[in-house]
Amino acid sequence: MINLDASTSSSATAIETRGLNIHYGNFRAVKDIDLVVEKQKITAIIGPSGCGKSTVLRTFNRMNDFIKIARVSGEVLFRGANLYDPAVDPVEVRRLIGMVFQKPNPFPKSIYDNVVWGAKINGFSGNEDELVESTLRQAALWDEVKDHLQKGALELSGGEQQRLCLARVLAVQPEIILMDEPCSALDPIATLKIEDLMRVLSKDYTIIIVTHNMQQAARASDRTAFFTMDDDRAGIMVEMDDTSQIFTNPKDKRTEDYITGRFG
Amino acid sequence: MPRETMDREIRELKDEILMLGSMVEKNISDAMVSLKTRNVQLSLEVLQADNNVNQKRFDIESAALLVIATQQPMAHDLRLLAAILEVAGELERIGDYAKGNAKINTLLEYAVHEVPLLELEAMSEAAASMLHRAVIAFVKEDEKEARDIPLEDDRVDEMYKSIYRKLVECMIQKPQTIDHTNFYMWAAHNLERTADRVSNICERTIFVVTGELTELTHNDEDMS
Repeated sequence: MINLDASTSSSATAIETRGLNIHYGNFRAVKDIDLVVEKQKITAIIGPSGCGKSTVLRTFNRMNDFIKIARVSGEVLFRGANLYDPAVDPVEVRRLIGMVFQKPNPFPKSIYDNVVWGAKINGFSGNEDELVESTLRQAALWDEVKDHLQKGALELSGGEQQRLCLARVLAVQPEIILMDEPCSALDPIATLKIEDLMRVLSKDYTIIIVTHNMQQAARASDRTAFFTMDDDRAGIMVEMDDTSQIFTNPKDKRTEDYITGRFG
Repeated sequence: MPRETMDREIRELKDEILMLGSMVEKNISDAMVSLKTRNVQLSLEVLQADNNVNQKRFDIESAALLVIATQQPMAHDLRLLAAILEVAGELERIGDYAKGNAKINTLLEYAVHEVPLLELEAMSEAAASMLHRAVIAFVKEDEKEARDIPLEDDRVDEMYKSIYRKLVECMIQKPQTIDHTNFYMWAAHNLERTADRVSNICERTIFVVTGELTELTHNDEDMS
C-alpha cells in the first residue's frame, strides 16, 4: 500500500488533476480536466448547474467511489501519488482530504462526541478535552458552545452545525478541506462567519470550495476555476486564474458571460 | 436575455454621461465666447450652468452606486460602472475649467489688445472637439478612437506654448497690464488642462474595453 500520511511534498501544489475524465455509465460527466490547486490557498470552482464541479470535488477524496456507475480516468495527484492508484487506501485519503457538505450533517450525538469521533477512529490517543477545545477554537465555535459540550449537536443553529462539521474535519488534521456549497443552507450572517473562518484556516489548510454563489467565490477565494458544459453536456474547465482577475477581467468570453449573468 | 434591468440602467447612465459631456462642452464654448466678446452676462450664465454640471455629476454618481449595490455587476459591467464614476468626475473638473475661464472674464476691468485671442479661441475649439469625440468614444466603447484622440494633445500643448510666449512678450512690452495678461495665461492653462483630462476619459474607455489601466499622455500640472 502507498502510505500517503508518511509522504509529504514540498511543491506549491496541494492537489492536481491530469486529463481527468469522469463517466456515469456511458455519460461523460467531466472531460479532460487539468486543474492545479495551490497549497494554503482558497480555490473556488464555479459554473452552471450540471457542469461537473461537485463531481470533480468528490473525486478529490474518492467520494465518487460510492456511486457504482461512476468511472474515473486520468490522474488525481496528491503527495506524489495518484489517488486512484489501487494501492491507495481511500479511507486514508478521506482523512487527509476532508469534506464539508451542503447541508450540515452532524452525528446525532453530543457536540463533544462529534469532534472526537473521527479522531478516535483514526487512533487518536492524546487528551480528548484538549483536542475538543483546540478544534472548536479553530472552527470559531468554542466560545458559543464551551459551557454545554454535552448538548446534542442537532440543537445548534444551522450555522453552528456547519462549523461543528468543519471542526469534525479539522479534528483529524487533514491537509485539504473540500467544501460543497457549504453555505447554501445558511443565512447571510452565518455565511460570512464561515467565509471569515475559511480565510483564517487557509493559513494552515488548502481549501477547495464549490459554490453557486459568485459573490461568495469573489469574496472568499484566492483562485477561481470556471467550469461549463461543452456541446455533449460534458463538464469542462474553461479557465482558472486569480479570483481578482476572473471577476474583473476574465480572459474567456464564456466566463465573462457567466459571471456577468448573461448565461446560465 | 437575463440582466435586462441592469442593461437598461447602464444605458441610462451612458445617456446621462452624454448629457453631462454636452453641458460641459457648451460651457467651454460659452466661456470662450464670453472672454472673446467681453460678454459678462454670458460669463455669469456659465457660472450658473456649472451648478447644473455639478449636480448632474452627483446624480450620475448616486445612480451608478445604486446599480453597483443592487445588481452586483462583474467584469465588463463592473469596469464600465467604475469608469462612469471616474468619467463623471473628470467631466465635472473640466466644467470647473470652463467656469474658471468665465470667471476670468468677470474679473477683467480693461482690454489688453495684444492678447492672442484668436489662438486662444482655436485652442478652446480643439479641446472642446477632443472632449466631444472622447465622450462619444466612451459611450460607444470605441478603443481605437480612445487611443487616437489623446494624440491630439500634443497640438494643444503646442498652442499653449505659443500663447504663453506671446503673453510673456505682452507682459514685457506692457508691464502695466501684467495683472490682466496673467488672467489670460490662466485661461490658456485651463484649456491645456481640459485636453489632459480628455485623455483621462480616453484611458477609462480603454480600461472598459480591455481591463488595462494605461497612461496615454504625460499629465504635467506645471507644464509651461
